[in-house]
Amino acid sequence: MKFGVVAFPGSNCDFDTFYAFHDVMKQPTVWLWHKDHSLKDVDCVVLPGGFSYGDYLRSGAIARFSPLMQEVREFAAKGGLVLGICNGFQVLLELGLLPGAMLRNQHLKFLCRFVSIRLENARTRFTHKGRTGQVLRIPIAHFDGNYFAPPEMLEEIEANGQVVFRYADAEGRLTEEANVNGSLHGIAGLTNRMGNVMGMMPHPERASETLLGSADGRVIFESLISRF
Amino acid sequence: MIDQNVIDNHNLTRGEYELIVRLIGREPNLTELGVFSAMWSEHCSYKSSKFYLKQLPTKGTNVVQGPGENAGIIDIGDGQVIVFKIESHNHPSFIEPFQGAATGVGGILRDIFTMGARPIAILDSLRFGPLTSPKNRAIMDGVISGISSYGNSIGVPTVGGEVYFDDCYALNPLVNVFCLGLAEKDKVFYAKTGGAGNAVLYVGSKTGRDGIHGATMASAEFGKETEHKRPNVQVGDPFKEKLLLEACLEVMDKDLIVGIQDMGAAGLTCSTAEMPAKSGTGLEIDLDKVPQREEGMTPYEILLSESQERMLIVALPEKVKAVREVFAKWDLDAVEIGRVIDGGRMKVRFHGELVVDVPVSAVVDLCPIYQRPVAPAAEPAPAVHLTPPLPKDCGGLLLELLASPTIADKEWVFRQYDHMVQTNTMLLPGADAAVLRIKDSKKALAVTLDGNSLYARLDPRSGGLIAVAEACRNLACVGARPVGVTNCLNFGNPEKPEVMRQFKEVVEGMSEACRAFGIPVTGGNVSFYNDTEGASIHPTPVLGIVGLLKNIDKVVTPGFKSAGDTVVLLGENTAELTGSEYLKVHFKDEGGRPPAIDLAGEKAVQETCLAAAEAGLLRSAHDLSEGGLAVCAAESGFFGDDRLGCELDLDDDIRMDALLFGEAQSRILATLTPSNVEGLLHLARLNGIKARVVGKVGGDVLRIRHKGRDVLTVPVKTAFETWKEAIPRHFMFQR
Repeated sequence: MKFGVVAFPGSNCDFDTFYAFHDVMKQPTVWLWHKDHSLKDVDCVVLPGGFSYGDYLRSGAIARFSPLMQEVREFAAKGGLVLGICNGFQVLLELGLLPGAMLRNQHLKFLCRFVSIRLENARTRFTHKGRTGQVLRIPIAHFDGNYFAPPEMLEEIEANGQVVFRYADAEGRLTEEANVNGSLHGIAGLTNRMGNVMGMMPHPERASETLLGSADGRVIFESLISRF
Repeated sequence: MIDQNVIDNHNLTRGEYELIVRLIGREPNLTELGVFSAMWSEHCSYKSSKFYLKQLPTKGTNVVQGPGENAGIIDIGDGQVIVFKIESHNHPSFIEPFQGAATGVGGILRDIFTMGARPIAILDSLRFGPLTSPKNRAIMDGVISGISSYGNSIGVPTVGGEVYFDDCYALNPLVNVFCLGLAEKDKVFYAKTGGAGNAVLYVGSKTGRDGIHGATMASAEFGKETEHKRPNVQVGDPFKEKLLLEACLEVMDKDLIVGIQDMGAAGLTCSTAEMPAKSGTGLEIDLDKVPQREEGMTPYEILLSESQERMLIVALPEKVKAVREVFAKWDLDAVEIGRVIDGGRMKVRFHGELVVDVPVSAVVDLCPIYQRPVAPAAEPAPAVHLTPPLPKDCGGLLLELLASPTIADKEWVFRQYDHMVQTNTMLLPGADAAVLRIKDSKKALAVTLDGNSLYARLDPRSGGLIAVAEACRNLACVGARPVGVTNCLNFGNPEKPEVMRQFKEVVEGMSEACRAFGIPVTGGNVSFYNDTEGASIHPTPVLGIVGLLKNIDKVVTPGFKSAGDTVVLLGENTAELTGSEYLKVHFKDEGGRPPAIDLAGEKAVQETCLAAAEAGLLRSAHDLSEGGLAVCAAESGFFGDDRLGCELDLDDDIRMDALLFGEAQSRILATLTPSNVEGLLHLARLNGIKARVVGKVGGDVLRIRHKGRDVLTVPVKTAFETWKEAIPRHFMFQR
């Protein structure tokens, strides 16, 4: 597997994500520059966290117009793997590669902390090394992570098994308190219908080494690396 | 025409004006007067503090750069250096909390990356008035949102710091921001010009009318009309700064430039004067070429604007094209606005006319240095200042202290900061010190900010001593040895002899402690004129100390780990009461003396803790500070995953309240597996300090016995909830 990490102006988890794939997971990893049109023959495109283009209009709203994203759209349509983390998730929503939108966190504050998320679907390309029901401890750090979708869309997403992660407590219970940003159905991560594009608000790259407090995020990397 | 009124408006004295006339050999024009006024402001010139700061120890075998540059540099081995500095943004943060604090972060970040280092951590020391007042809550909320907005966006983790509350900060909050950067030793850059003929490039944001005379504003007291000064506060754009950061590091990495300086306080004026002054050259610039975001700006405005996210770069003429290409890649302006000249003059043209023509040395180096009148040393307060009645309900007192915002949990603050970006953060904020691993090495860095202003008010000298000692103790608790010091000295109006006495004594205390610990001071910042409506803040020295851990596996974390672990107290319990948070909170008493400090004893305690950490003996360590032993034991329970209680047995022959809540210095509470206890006690004997087993970890209650009698029993859950809720409950709608 060859991974490509996208650098937008204002990306700030790009180095961390590159480090996680390249140095921690020891995978062939290249940089993809927002002004380019080349995906450098990667097998998986990763959109990292940060504040692309300053996020001044709306998180991810400008990034969707970057030259590289036109390539990513085609790549995804052909079944290429795309992972969006935090701001990358927001970009995927803006691009229309994933359904729904992000609102400001319900308490209107930036929120950075470890959370527990429950793995809802371990049959995806991004999670098959985990097991459904498993609870992962992974940090979040965002202002706009309050997932929203209209009722019909939400119903469809659920029916298709597109919800991959929900905010939960340490025992995996879906409580109001555990749903830290107020997301509908506690959604923390989801895939597109085809299952080749996933967005998640928690940062697996921040939970890939035990010395940083958790290595639970490796489930996602290991799933991507190994055969499905 | 320059008359007395114009001179007054520029915050210059008659004598200073006459000196300017002598130095340049004629009357200055208004633009030149503006240049001098900014550079000779207290904020830029350190004219009241320089005389005293000279005594701070600045030498050391590991010092690559001491005071005088944008930031200090310390060698940490393996070809790496750390670059760090702390700066105040107090005045702007009072006028406009959000932007004031945000641009404080932006400014200190530029100080670090202008030297070639990638910023890896931010910490801040924040001081506000009591949260019971809506105004103070609004200021605190604005400051925290500002820090969070800027730091989170640019992707530098805010990993710790302190938040402290006192009445004296109600009209004058303090916002001190510290930044730590990491660089390769052979890739460090300075504010140099090289020789005549080199090109001067302006890079970054366009210049606007914001922040004109910010430095001068920060060098005067505030009256009631501070609202008028809002246009003096700059507006930050963290996205621009992120691009500037990446572009600057790229031109440095490709070795395309000669020198670089950020445009911080006093803007273009400062960099245009300081770079040649340090290099023995001059600089000629043309203001018509400066990118501007507003029309019709005067030379005065362009030179003194403090618009953010700008840098001045000097490059060899043949490298200009390559520099511009890098900046174009990041969608930033890089405009050649002038060149380096011989002759030591700063020459500024505007519409073809020479509007400034002055010697750079006059602007930068010849500002008068003052030895302002110092009030005579105060008589020491009596040792026993009052004898409060012995408390009956110590459990209730502990809860009262845990609910005091200075002691209470700051998670509500820290969770608004991205403290994990860059994936180096090993200890979450709230620990004794922040710890960051250095990728691809076995090393880690620890950083702490500390300073108790009540101690400094009661006895400035002790306040200085203790601030250094406690910061080093914080580092010892995580297993790090101190390698360098920066400081932010926040004081009132230096024209008041009492303020100068406080300043002089604090610096003496700090200096003595830094010498005792053998750690060099590599720079810092002085913020005077923290007075509003005539009232000065407490003298507030904030020490930023960086420590090094050679082996990342030996990091010690706060927080009880397992039931059955033994609790050992390093250091001696003495009957200290005055200056404590206990007397302040419960009796509203802030008199008497601060706790005594003996540097030799302090060092021995820290050495014992460090040796035990390096030998891998410790499961946890936490320093005793505000709130004393009881608060320390409670917090040690909170920091652990299981929120364990403990049982402590004490038999010291001192007042029970002083034992529980007194703030005797030089003490650390450590926990160990029972089999390691003898090893620690042995190390304590070697270092000649008192150390003893005081109890064991376990259960869900914090229980303390004194001479066999139960004196404090509190369920950990109750204590935890009190501590946790004390700050958020003031911000009910924003939880």
